[in-house]
Amino acid sequence: MTDLLARALFQAGLVLLAPPLLLGIVNRVKALFAGRKGPPLWQAYLDLAKLLRKGAVYSRTTTWVFRAGPVVGLAAVACAGLMLPVGGQPALLAFPGDFILFAYLLGLARFFTALAALDTGSSFEGMGAAREVTFASMAEPALFLALIVLARATGSLSLSGMLGPGLTGAWSAAAPALLLALIGLFVVTLAENARIPVDDPNTHLELTMIHEVMVLDHSGPDLAFILYGAAMKLFLFGAVVVGLVQRSGTAGPWASRAWFLLGVAGFAVLVGVVESVMARLRLTRVPQMLVGASVLSVFALVLLLR
Amino acid sequence: MALTLAAVAVGLVSASGVPGMVLPGRPRLGQLLSCAALCAGAALGIGAAVSALAGGTALNVHHPWPVPLGSLALRLDGLSAIFLLPILAVPALGSVYGLGYWPQHVLGGRAARLQLLYGLVTGSMALVTLADNALLFLFAWEVMAVSSFLLVLTEQEKPGVSRAAFAFLAATHVGTFALFALFSWAGNARHSFDFAQWQGLPAAGATGVWCLALLLAGFGLKSGLAPLHFWLPGAHAAAPSHVSALMSGVLLKTGIYGLLRFTGLFDAPPVGWGMTVLVLGAVSAVLGVVLALAQHDLKRLLAYHSVENIGIIAMGVGLALLGRARAEPALVLLGFSGAALHVVNHSLFKSLLFLGAGSVQHATGTRDLEHLGGLGARMPFTSLLFLVGAAAISGLPPLNGFASEWLVALGALHSMDRPRGDVVGFAVLAAPALALVGGLAAACFAKVQGTVFLGNPRSEHAAGAHESPTAMLLPMAALALACAAIGLAPSLLLPPLARAAAAWAGLPPSALAGPAAEAGRSATLVSGAALALLLAAAALWLFRRRRLPGPMPTAETWGCGYASPTARMQYTASSFAASLVRGFGWAVRSRVRLSPPRGLFPAQASFATEVADPVLDGVLLPAAGAGERWLVRLRAAYPGRIQFHAVLILLTLVATLVWSLLL
Amino acid sequence: MGAWVDMVFVLLVVIDLFVLASSRLGAVIRAVGVQGALLALLTVLLASSAHDLGHVLVLAIGALAIKAMLIPWLMFRAIREAAIRREMEPVIGFVPSMVLAGAGVALAFAFSGGLPLPSPGKHPFLVPTALATVWCGFLLVVSRRKAVTQVLGFLMLENGVFVFGLLLSDIMPVMVEAGVLLDLFAAVFVMGIVLFHINREFSSLDTEKLSALKD
Repeated sequence: MTDLLARALFQAGLVLLAPPLLLGIVNRVKALFAGRKGPPLWQAYLDLAKLLRKGAVYSRTTTWVFRAGPVVGLAAVACAGLMLPVGGQPALLAFPGDFILFAYLLGLARFFTALAALDTGSSFEGMGAAREVTFASMAEPALFLALIVLARATGSLSLSGMLGPGLTGAWSAAAPALLLALIGLFVVTLAENARIPVDDPNTHLELTMIHEVMVLDHSGPDLAFILYGAAMKLFLFGAVVVGLVQRSGTAGPWASRAWFLLGVAGFAVLVGVVESVMARLRLTRVPQMLVGASVLSVFALVLLLR
Repeated sequence: MALTLAAVAVGLVSASGVPGMVLPGRPRLGQLLSCAALCAGAALGIGAAVSALAGGTALNVHHPWPVPLGSLALRLDGLSAIFLLPILAVPALGSVYGLGYWPQHVLGGRAARLQLLYGLVTGSMALVTLADNALLFLFAWEVMAVSSFLLVLTEQEKPGVSRAAFAFLAATHVGTFALFALFSWAGNARHSFDFAQWQGLPAAGATGVWCLALLLAGFGLKSGLAPLHFWLPGAHAAAPSHVSALMSGVLLKTGIYGLLRFTGLFDAPPVGWGMTVLVLGAVSAVLGVVLALAQHDLKRLLAYHSVENIGIIAMGVGLALLGRARAEPALVLLGFSGAALHVVNHSLFKSLLFLGAGSVQHATGTRDLEHLGGLGARMPFTSLLFLVGAAAISGLPPLNGFASEWLVALGALHSMDRPRGDVVGFAVLAAPALALVGGLAAACFAKVQGTVFLGNPRSEHAAGAHESPTAMLLPMAALALACAAIGLAPSLLLPPLARAAAAWAGLPPSALAGPAAEAGRSATLVSGAALALLLAAAALWLFRRRRLPGPMPTAETWGCGYASPTARMQYTASSFAASLVRGFGWAVRSRVRLSPPRGLFPAQASFATEVADPVLDGVLLPAAGAGERWLVRLRAAYPGRIQFHAVLILLTLVATLVWSLLL
Repeated sequence: MGAWVDMVFVLLVVIDLFVLASSRLGAVIRAVGVQGALLALLTVLLASSAHDLGHVLVLAIGALAIKAMLIPWLMFRAIREAAIRREMEPVIGFVPSMVLAGAGVALAFAFSGGLPLPSPGKHPFLVPTALATVWCGFLLVVSRRKAVTQVLGFLMLENGVFVFGLLLSDIMPVMVEAGVLLDLFAAVFVMGIVLFHINREFSSLDTEKLSALKD
């Protein structure tokens, strides 16, 4: 019982508190590459606190949908976090087929964010929403395919089983397929979280934005919810990628949790490095990249099914 | 007892249109009585179906009657009950909607005729699910086809309606022809036309291939499975909205009912059956949603989404057939329950969406997405209920669309339980296909909800809209509540679905108990997650209220400094879907009509895109045109003189004599 | 050892898919060169004790020299002469060609077990990889507009045939393999000359301009 409580507290605490630190690490790495000193690692926490203190201005065109968008987005991403296994330990909510619910909860968040963007009646937000839903509909099959490769390799249909103790045996039996699935997952992570090479989280010009332009009209606590939700989504994907790489081995629960935290920090550094050395892809090349990730995962699946 | 109730319900519902016709002088009372009769009959039938589902054993009755080869054989088992529920519920709510949308005191005789046909089509659909004899089935099938044809022709003075109705009639009769062929084969094989005698038909070899082809032709044409969907968009867009709700919501499902009922009669269907249905389902789903993305007529868009959802249901049926071929109870349970639950769910949210489209047309006078906008402020209840339907059809938790799509996806994942090298293992690719379809559907409905209800009105029609009367809002609210209820508690529906699945597959109920219990546990956890989502959203909303007490300052939407922005500068529906439609250009050919701005001070410019249906405009119409040209040439070569006709008659007589000599 | 051979085969297929997805000619030429180097490695890894090690090494070094060094150098010279660096949108589009390649790879891996072949015991991935590489090479030749990419497609096709040849290396003498390599070198040399002349005539290597050949 106490073990369950400890697990629940650790997982909830991690999912709720760690994401802004992840953003901090990514921004720090990017600044170092650019030769700057960069903002402190806890800058995102300060930004969130500042936004929560502020008021908001709303457009006259908007309805309740605009106000509900950030709320539903954050609630959906937080519920998806319930199903995330952390450090090789099973998640709070684990059942066969839970990764489908995971993906569709993220889809719910995206749907409401797109509706909030269309509610403003501005062409910029409409453009961002159109691009976001286009790329998301191609990233979803890629995500599913990579997770199905994992499911086939480990024999479990639940995220906790896929990223749990069965993974060590899967790596020794089917390493090439899992490597291809890892590449696919990383590409999907970059696409779903609007990172370079898919989108530039720093600019606010309409030529480069997908996610940033959708939230152009939000302010105050709404913007805080959106920022926090985006950080949490990056953390969720990072946890899945790190879980795939990390084998539990014979270490105890706290040791594997520590390795997990280190792994997530390493993931953030990797994202920062990728963002610094690559340029953003032309928008017509993004579907090609996502289809390529899907094809790699299909190949991995065929290797395991034949 | 339940069967008698169901039979009485059928009779009451079929005759429900009569009060409207016999009371032309009191139109309000007549329509109200018709509606009440339909609702009463529906309530009786739904009660009978629920008791049959709870009871678990099939009820049947058999009376021979003087019709040659026929008998009054009725059967109410789990499968019939599942389909009977939406077949009766949706038309009942539709007739309540009709009180406000198609009132008899305004439209007179036309509305009375519509009410009569509405009752007839509902009664015949219910009879199709209860019939246990081939002739009774075909009689009900034909009444259903003709009455729905006449319903589509309600507004025949509008352009394109007659064409759509005739395409619909032609398609449904080709399907009936295929069914005639199938039934006469089966009837001759078993020397009886009662379905009870048809249990255990052979499905192997060449006979199996022909049977599958006839089944898919007959029931695929009725349900709109691609590539046999070509009649669907025209017919569903041309009919009045509550008729479209009935057609999309339940008429298509009778095809699925037939497919399920008749594949259940065959013994040991081979793997090829399951794979064919699964692949056709996947093609239908992807093609339907891509074509829907390209539409900007609201009802045509919804009709293409029906093609997509029928594809999802067919994927579930295909998985269930694969489970029977390989004796995997988990596949049978998940495939069948996913398909059956999606039948019910789709009838709920699709009718909700069509009724919403009707409200929009009623308020603004137009169905074109490019002329709507900003209706959320002017029609708040309709907008909220349409949003529930849009979220449900995109398969988003915590609504019912997610529950059934989750079951089908889980079934596809379980097909990986096969040993290595089994071709059935490749059925797992249906799960990412489902994810693609879900993502595209969410994109399409973000487009619809955003373009119709959000933003600024793009035309005078939209600016002058008003909220619908209560008679039109109540059925939509009931449907939305049902969507939410099924979405929050799907585990309650699994036990009766599992029993129906076992009966369909010819397995004892205990065979499916294990997978059903596991699915039930997972479904309960899904409900838990849905509840957690609602709680989290409520908590965040309260937190936001505390941080932002009172009204906040408002301003214009930032428009990058344009001096006088107009509502037409908003993102249009076509531009929203443009990159996806272009990405799928190999399936969807769009025609562009462009007159660009000319000169230094351009006055007029216009841009319009149009997407033709690939099967209708790409294959059938050119083929029909080529056939017509060939026949015209043949006719030109045909001499019209009397002597030639006499020679033909003489030759026919001689041929008949020779044939009878030889036999 | 077995895991490394698996990895090499998978890497060969991944290079096939990469070549079909990329539009940068430099990257494609290097990828085909890397594929040649991997084939040399594969020759050594798959050598069984029945072989004369000397012959195997000669074959591997020959494949490395020709496929991984000489031919990429020739191709880089060709594109420098013609001053082109990028491929245009192919006849069927990048995404459909990737999907077709993926489908071909999946079908090859799923169903090649049913093919009646002489010695299936070498490695289960060998025949599917060969078929997949041949398929991708053909796709390149059929769907691309620049002549250079078509030559690279032919090279990939030859790589696939080479992999097939490894299946029969117990039976085929080394002389035949060496003959195949020489044939390949001569073909590419001739193609290089033809490319030079096409470029001189039309000032471009776009094969659309060659459509008047039918008159």
